[in-house]
Amino acid sequence: MTTKTDTSGAYGVEPPTHAKGRSGARAPGERSLAASPTTWFVWAGTAAFFIFLIGILVSVVVDSLGKSWFNTWLPASFSKDWYTSAWDQFEMTHIIGVTLTVALVVIVISVLVGVPAAYLLARRNFPLKKTITMLFLLPVLMPPITYGIPLATVMYNLGLGRTLTAVILVNLVPSVPFVIMTMTPFIEQINPTIESAARMSGANMRKVFTKILMPLLIPGILAASILVLVRTVGMFDLTFLVSGPQSDTLVVAIYRAMTAAGGGEARQLISSMAVVYTLTMMVILIVALKFVSPTQLVARVKESRED
Amino acid sequence: MTSPPLGRSTATRSTASLRHRLAERGIDTSLLMLVPALVFALALFVYPFTYGMGLTFQPTAATQEKWGGGAFSNYVAFFKDTFVSDSVWLTMRLALPAALFNVLASIPMAFKLRHRFRGKKLLTTLLVLPITLGTVLTAQGLLIFAGRQGWLNRFLIQIGVIDQPLALVNNYLGVMFSLVISGFPFAFLLISSYLSGIDPSIEAAAKTMGADWKQRFRRIILPLLAPGLATTFILTFVLAFSVFPSARLVGDAMGSTRVMALMAYRAFGEQIDYPMASTIAIMMGVIELAVITAVLLWRSFLYKGSTGGKG
Repeated sequence: MTTKTDTSGAYGVEPPTHAKGRSGARAPGERSLAASPTTWFVWAGTAAFFIFLIGILVSVVVDSLGKSWFNTWLPASFSKDWYTSAWDQFEMTHIIGVTLTVALVVIVISVLVGVPAAYLLARRNFPLKKTITMLFLLPVLMPPITYGIPLATVMYNLGLGRTLTAVILVNLVPSVPFVIMTMTPFIEQINPTIESAARMSGANMRKVFTKILMPLLIPGILAASILVLVRTVGMFDLTFLVSGPQSDTLVVAIYRAMTAAGGGEARQLISSMAVVYTLTMMVILIVALKFVSPTQLVARVKESRED
Repeated sequence: MTSPPLGRSTATRSTASLRHRLAERGIDTSLLMLVPALVFALALFVYPFTYGMGLTFQPTAATQEKWGGGAFSNYVAFFKDTFVSDSVWLTMRLALPAALFNVLASIPMAFKLRHRFRGKKLLTTLLVLPITLGTVLTAQGLLIFAGRQGWLNRFLIQIGVIDQPLALVNNYLGVMFSLVISGFPFAFLLISSYLSGIDPSIEAAAKTMGADWKQRFRRIILPLLAPGLATTFILTFVLAFSVFPSARLVGDAMGSTRVMALMAYRAFGEQIDYPMASTIAIMMGVIELAVITAVLLWRSFLYKGSTGGKG
């Protein structure tokens, strides 16, 4: 990357004819179009951003492994005591179990509900289609806390407050529309003549769905599921509003530990929980990337955002 | 686990009348596939939202006694109680600069990094990383890394830039950092994708006609990018506007970062005043909508201007 910085900076100040001649030897489009101050700004900005990002990550990991760390560059000694005590004190097994249960149930339900709806939105025209699309779009666009508080009030009135059911239901609100928004462009790109051929050969709707569409949709469904998984595990606002001690997901448990009365728990305990959270997230992503290629994942993200 | 039976049973119950009405209009039964999703949207989004809206007009006795105004007592309290109404300004002061910064810093970055180069994939992957970190871990990391004893201050003192550690967390700046770390990658990915959607031959044509990079950026890229910039701004603004955990964890929750989301949660979880909590939540939505409308208006104005110039 450093060599690239130099060359692109040089290109910017060179006369255009010369730049053209040199770029002929390179891959087309590799030449920088902006002048060197922009290049400097970009790389300085990137560097500052990554210094912060990596500093944040590494300091949490170091903190969680250090015995006591106050006035020095590094902790005096290292141990993994914080992990074992965090594991016992916060019943991490239970919390992780809750987190994964919520995430899996949310994925299954939102795919089952969202994919058929996405199919219709992609393939058919019907009255009120615009209104219905808008209705599905709203929960993705609105900040969770705006509809989360009325929703949580309803949950408490129904007697579902602090239960696992409430956490799952609340997380479905952004997830179902999210699956619909991600799957609609994916279904649109599948050639409809394949379905027509199946219909002509006498397949009914169910057969078209299970035998023809499902195999074609699997990559899209996997990508959507992973995004829902990441969103659900990371969802703070909605879960926090309805969860209780027995139904806290990992993020909410960390937040509660940080803000507990009396200045919160020891910093290292929280750091070790945060590391467990990041590791869980990474494992999810690594497992997920085995099934879905990263470019496809990013492409899905972009497509859904552009809607 | 109770949700699928709930969705299904409602779907089958409404099947008879729905099928009848659809048949009258000549729409086939496959539209029923939409029913579960619609039931979900109505039961978990539309109903709670209208219920919350109604709740704002049913203030508690305490609110009514203190602020008066009958059914509108919650709204009277919202505007008259400076502790609450100040939070609107405090939220804006955080969300607008954060969203602006994320969008403005993304433009040159996306512009610079739009071509193929070695390590681009790695960079994109690294940029997606903060999304997996989540606000809570970012907060914890900022507290340690940028705190008084943290590596950042220690390094700056060591090289002699500053004498006293800078106060970078537990204040306005801390929340700002956290908003940039979580919002910037998102803005960058979006703007990159918008930029890649612009036909490069347009820029090549301008170049052939002798436009330098400033002219090309000002006259070609910017007008074409403007709608995408507006959308990105809106989405990052929505993210920053509803900032909640980081305002509490790395901010000054009772002072400079007492944002609306915190006030709404305080009414909901600590005072158990559901009507007031819903009022603040709905007002958040209203204010946000106002900002979004303003941006969209600006966008239509800008778009017309540039096409008018060309035509």
